[in-house]
Amino acid sequence: MTKRIALFALSATIAMGVAMAAAEAKPFRYSTAQDILGLDPAINNHGPTNAMKSNVYEALVYRSAPGPLEPGLATEWQQVSPTLWKFNLRRGVKFHGGQDFDADDVIFTWKRLSQQTAEMQYTIRSIKDVRKVDSHTIEIETTGPDPTLLANLAYAFIMDEGWTTQNGGERVVAGAQASTFVNLNANGTGPFRVVERVPDTRTVVEPNPNWWGKHEHGITRATFTPIANPATRVAALLSGELDMMYHVPLQDIDRIGQTQGIRVMPGGTARVIFLGFDHRRDEMLDMPGTGKNPLKDLRVRQALYQAINIEAIRRTTMRNSSTPSALMIAPSVEGFAADQNVRAPFDQAAARRLLAEAGYPNGFPLTLNCPNNRYVNDEAICQNVVTMFTQVGIQARLNAMPMPQHVNTAGPTGGYNSSMYMLGWTPATLDAANPLGELLTFNEQTRLGLANNWGRYSNPRVEALTQQILVEPDTTKRRALIREAMTIVRDDVAYIPLHLEPQVFGIRDTVADYQLRALEDVDLRSVKMR
Amino acid sequence: MIAFILRRLMQAVVVMLTVALISFALFNFAGDPINNMVGQDVSLADRERLREALGLNQPFWVQFGIFLQNALQGDFGLSYRLGRPVEDLIVERLPATLELSLTAAALAVFIGIPLGVYTGLYRDTWLSRVFLTASLAGVSLPTFLIGILLILIFSVELNVLPSFGRGETVEIGWWTTGFATWSGIKALILPSITLCLFQLTLIMRLVRAEMMEVLRTDYIKFARARGLPDRKVHFGHALKNTLVPVITVIGLQFGSIVAFAIITETVFQWPGMGLLFIQAVNFVDIPILAAYLVLIALFFVVINLVVDLLYYFVDPRLRVDRTAAGGEATP
Repeated sequence: MTKRIALFALSATIAMGVAMAAAEAKPFRYSTAQDILGLDPAINNHGPTNAMKSNVYEALVYRSAPGPLEPGLATEWQQVSPTLWKFNLRRGVKFHGGQDFDADDVIFTWKRLSQQTAEMQYTIRSIKDVRKVDSHTIEIETTGPDPTLLANLAYAFIMDEGWTTQNGGERVVAGAQASTFVNLNANGTGPFRVVERVPDTRTVVEPNPNWWGKHEHGITRATFTPIANPATRVAALLSGELDMMYHVPLQDIDRIGQTQGIRVMPGGTARVIFLGFDHRRDEMLDMPGTGKNPLKDLRVRQALYQAINIEAIRRTTMRNSSTPSALMIAPSVEGFAADQNVRAPFDQAAARRLLAEAGYPNGFPLTLNCPNNRYVNDEAICQNVVTMFTQVGIQARLNAMPMPQHVNTAGPTGGYNSSMYMLGWTPATLDAANPLGELLTFNEQTRLGLANNWGRYSNPRVEALTQQILVEPDTTKRRALIREAMTIVRDDVAYIPLHLEPQVFGIRDTVADYQLRALEDVDLRSVKMR
Repeated sequence: MIAFILRRLMQAVVVMLTVALISFALFNFAGDPINNMVGQDVSLADRERLREALGLNQPFWVQFGIFLQNALQGDFGLSYRLGRPVEDLIVERLPATLELSLTAAALAVFIGIPLGVYTGLYRDTWLSRVFLTASLAGVSLPTFLIGILLILIFSVELNVLPSFGRGETVEIGWWTTGFATWSGIKALILPSITLCLFQLTLIMRLVRAEMMEVLRTDYIKFARARGLPDRKVHFGHALKNTLVPVITVIGLQFGSIVAFAIITETVFQWPGMGLLFIQAVNFVDIPILAAYLVLIALFFVVINLVVDLLYYFVDPRLRVDRTAAGGEATP
């Protein structure tokens, strides 16, 4: 009996010791639904994965939480001519493995990213050549003027040439074959180094003591755990097993906000949720045998737009967490103009009148294709929209499917098999040129827009403007061009923008401050531990 | 006996082939995996190139043939999502699922049978009534609800047990175990209770019903008349004769514990095969889906075989040669 008590006392002491040690250090534990897809900087263009890469690796420039570009591995840069840039590289920087960083690593990374299999190739697409001037100076020549070069370079993470080649990582292996060393391990120059990675279970990083910058986050060890089930994620936050998690399910916002020691931080993202139309077919899929496609008539599109009560959706389905949008770009995106962001009013009478003028006083059949597992409350939003369409006389029907099947129906692989569909879009570069090229251009020659412009909207003026925007170096002129393009698109009702996808973070008081980013991810540099 | 086993093995091969075909066929039409593997802004040309590299542009039967050939060598291809060999992933996840399932099965058997015996013997005591009423909750509440309720009580309110994960694990060769650390054992408690509850109540109710049936039979009356002690009558004669149906059910239920650990694993973010499967479904990760279904089918087939063999040991009537027992006339 005494032995048992002694044993109990001993284990209690050990347990307390462990608990105290844990309290002194400041571990930061965070979670979201999906795991990151790997650590190879050249593949997996996926928000949370890019954020983890940026904790471990660095690019020439760094995009901080509020948005502006800051020096990263380059200390300064200048644009020598419209197509020539000169970068001074940071001196004395070492990779986590101890290797020195210099110009050769930048050139190596550029060559590695140029491979066809590199999904992050878009970051260096406009680069024609990278030349070494001396060990810490490089010149970058672009194929034409590229105003988005710096924004793109923020995601071109620099790898060490020696480490990568020694571990057989020179050739980029995409998707299915990525059981490569470089995708399971990491060796960057960034503020954190990877201590442990067990796919789908946890990724553990610790501050890099040799980092050139100043560690202001106060984290001693950060553990990222994916928890797929939202209820479990909420429970783990409430029970103190997590310091931060997203997305908080909208119905749990009140419950979490009222819990002592936990706060809820809502914010908008750069993702616009919108509805697209079939702009191309002469006979709409829902009206076989009639030879008509009402959606090609601007009045019909305008009517559908005005039939949607976006405030009601925001208030009920989205529980006040979404931000209605009139534009296809979010405020955090370059080219956004607040005065343009005014939605046409919700007006059922006007919608009925417009339908009657267009020759459909009794409406027409219309199927809305929707994902049901991709965006926050996606299916519920579509149900609302279908009801609102019905109220103005449209025989609307909902077809909700999981995202892969949705893409496979309404997207290019399904032959754009949809009259109306829901989609969301975040420009990773936070620049309007991206949605203009991907969603508002449809060009079979350049193949621009084929993958994502499912409604095949095409407007020669918008496409001409987009080509100019892609190369215009002057910011003021460029913004005027974007403004013109966005005005045309809005007046043409190319899409019905609905709102900005909300992101709601649940944060424990162990974290003093956190700066939300527009990309639905976690940059550990933006965390401030208490 | 050998003929019996051979016949069973033949059936097993047919079952396995059918499952392989169905799973492969089903998931071949469950959405285009290419869309999930690449970002939205990857060009169509790049998509086609990837499709070709993965052999996804070949005819169905060719793809199935290649799949079978590789599967027989234990090669299920590479996961689209994680980019690693599927067999490696499954071997990694197998310990987590098996530890959870075995713990749950052990709880179900070692609590369920005694409770069944007790409630069968003493039907009218208040304790029996409590057990029976509680067991109603076990059979009627869905697993995810039980899991969430347990998390709410023991993690959020009482703050004594973890709400997710496996805790600290220790590696022994390729096997990782949670039994070696205190946090691993703590992490196992809630998921194993969640997973075992349905089986526990099922076994308890089955044993109870069988016990009540057997206790009415003549040989029990004779045993009592002979003055055998209660313990011997209840456990040596009564319980032993209830075991044939109980073993069948336990065996089949163990298969479903493994197969349907999916829900429990999702609720507790338990890094086992079920979680792997669910994530694969969301991602249309065909190699994992196909491998998982084939593996689960194999589990069921093997368990069924073991259960059939167990009958021989439990029920002496089966050991007697059938033709002799039937008294077949000799010419």
